[in-house]
Amino acid sequence: MTPQLAVFFVLAALAVAGAINLILQKHPIHSALSLIVVMVALAGLYLLLGAEFVAAVQIIVYGGAIMVLFVFVIMLLNAGVEEHTSLSKLAGGPGLLLAVALAGFIAATVARSSDSVQAAAQNGTLAPTRDISSMIFKEFVYPFELTSFLVLVAILGAAVLAQREKS
Amino acid sequence: MNSILSANAGLIIMVVKTVLLLFIVLTVNAYLTWFERKVVARIQSRWGPYRVGPHGLLQPLADGVKFLFKEDPTPAGVDKFVYHLAPLLALTLAMTSIAIIPFGPNPIRILGHDVYLGIASPNLNIGILALFAITALGVYGVALAGWSSNSKYPLMGGLRSSAQMISYELSLTMSVVGVLLLAGTFNLRDIINAQAAPGVFGWHGIFGWNIWRQIVGFFCFFVAAIAETNRAPFDLPEAEQELVAGFNTEYASFKFAMFFIAEYTSMITISCLCSIMFFGGWLSPFPDSWTFTHYLPSLILIPFGLWVIWDGIRYETIFGRIVLPGIGTVMVALGAVLVLFPAVNEFIQGPFWLLSKILFFLFFYVWMRGTLPRFRYDQLMAFGWKLLLPLSIVNVIGTSFAILQWGPK
Repeated sequence: MTPQLAVFFVLAALAVAGAINLILQKHPIHSALSLIVVMVALAGLYLLLGAEFVAAVQIIVYGGAIMVLFVFVIMLLNAGVEEHTSLSKLAGGPGLLLAVALAGFIAATVARSSDSVQAAAQNGTLAPTRDISSMIFKEFVYPFELTSFLVLVAILGAAVLAQREKS
Repeated sequence: MNSILSANAGLIIMVVKTVLLLFIVLTVNAYLTWFERKVVARIQSRWGPYRVGPHGLLQPLADGVKFLFKEDPTPAGVDKFVYHLAPLLALTLAMTSIAIIPFGPNPIRILGHDVYLGIASPNLNIGILALFAITALGVYGVALAGWSSNSKYPLMGGLRSSAQMISYELSLTMSVVGVLLLAGTFNLRDIINAQAAPGVFGWHGIFGWNIWRQIVGFFCFFVAAIAETNRAPFDLPEAEQELVAGFNTEYASFKFAMFFIAEYTSMITISCLCSIMFFGGWLSPFPDSWTFTHYLPSLILIPFGLWVIWDGIRYETIFGRIVLPGIGTVMVALGAVLVLFPAVNEFIQGPFWLLSKILFFLFFYVWMRGTLPRFRYDQLMAFGWKLLLPLSIVNVIGTSFAILQWGPK
């Protein structure tokens, strides 16, 4: 087993354990912390694939900005331990079934295209940040601009919603 | 045995470097508290620590022992796991961020390996991004400490600090984009080396540094950095008059010390970043052709060492009369070594300038704390969002246009 593979298994186990813990934890802060573990483990996996830039952005955006907001809101609302209603307990069964189905679907896809996946994983070359930026701003400039427009609309919407009513 | 050593030389060097850096950073941390107390005392016309050791030099040691031996109660009703995790998280992240900083231009050759000063690989292409990634996670230590304590004041402190860090992180990141545009890379070494080129009017040395082209960026960066490290005048999370001690009110003993060390370590990291991004890192402010300036380290060390010896001989306690001349002699000897061995002197130039700049910024931190009153909370938020962020965005746009017009230089 190469060191890369060992690191992969550690990170993958961490990500899966974090994801399972996220669902099992009763308190929202603990769930949020588990989600941070998942995000950071994913960043580690990106780093392992040689995508330095994506790994750093993953931590900055998901691990930092978004999850900090999650934690902040949970703290601000002082949310307590999750309470189960009869309906939410009922949802467990179909949810588990769906999860297993999804995992099977992904596993089947990965297994079918295992050659190309492994080739990508063992390439090990670093994707220069310059290439990523030229891809975003040249090849995919329209989707990129559309996305930023969408984000802008969302920001404006948030600002409008948060605005106090003029009395 | 020998073959195992040589096969894992890289790993061993890495471990030794990590331990060494940890030791140095913790020592510097300890003496930074001494330095801060001395400087603030001077600003307020006091003496500062003077009892423990000559000039209070053993005060950090006494404080450390005190922290270690104090009782460490866990308050009732805390979220145990998060309560214990928070200080650990804060300290680990602060320490990790300093591993990214390169401390010198040239490697030393040990056992056939080029050993660079600083832990991260010299080709770490995402240097500054990695640093921001670690800083972005740094919020959790403070926020979770405030939440898990299950107490009013810490919760308010934690909330304030999360809000403050989220707000100022934007300006912090935006303000360095100008520098990144000029250098065309995220690699901290390359950012420094890009500043070696002749700058304003084609003059060398200090005129090549980014500070001249990025003065607005530097202002935004430094202000945001002070807010990000929760230092005065932005130390709202631990405003004593309003919040007792803020997020760390319920922490005692070594857990409190861990928050303390984390704060000081992030001060050091930010000082490193300031010198690297805007003040040429390890580059000398003088042109390369002025080789006589290479004797500057000895020129500072020898007279200062002599002064310490002179001061030590007259010191009132016996202990001081033994220790201070000893320290002075070591300084003079170090200065003499630099004069006598040109190779060592050349190697020390880069780290010398970087450390001088870092020390200057650390002094600046303390200076600000001793001079400026604390912001009010609404002023803090308005300043961050309405002034700093627009200013840093304007800086990015202006820099981009300038580069389009005149090229990176």
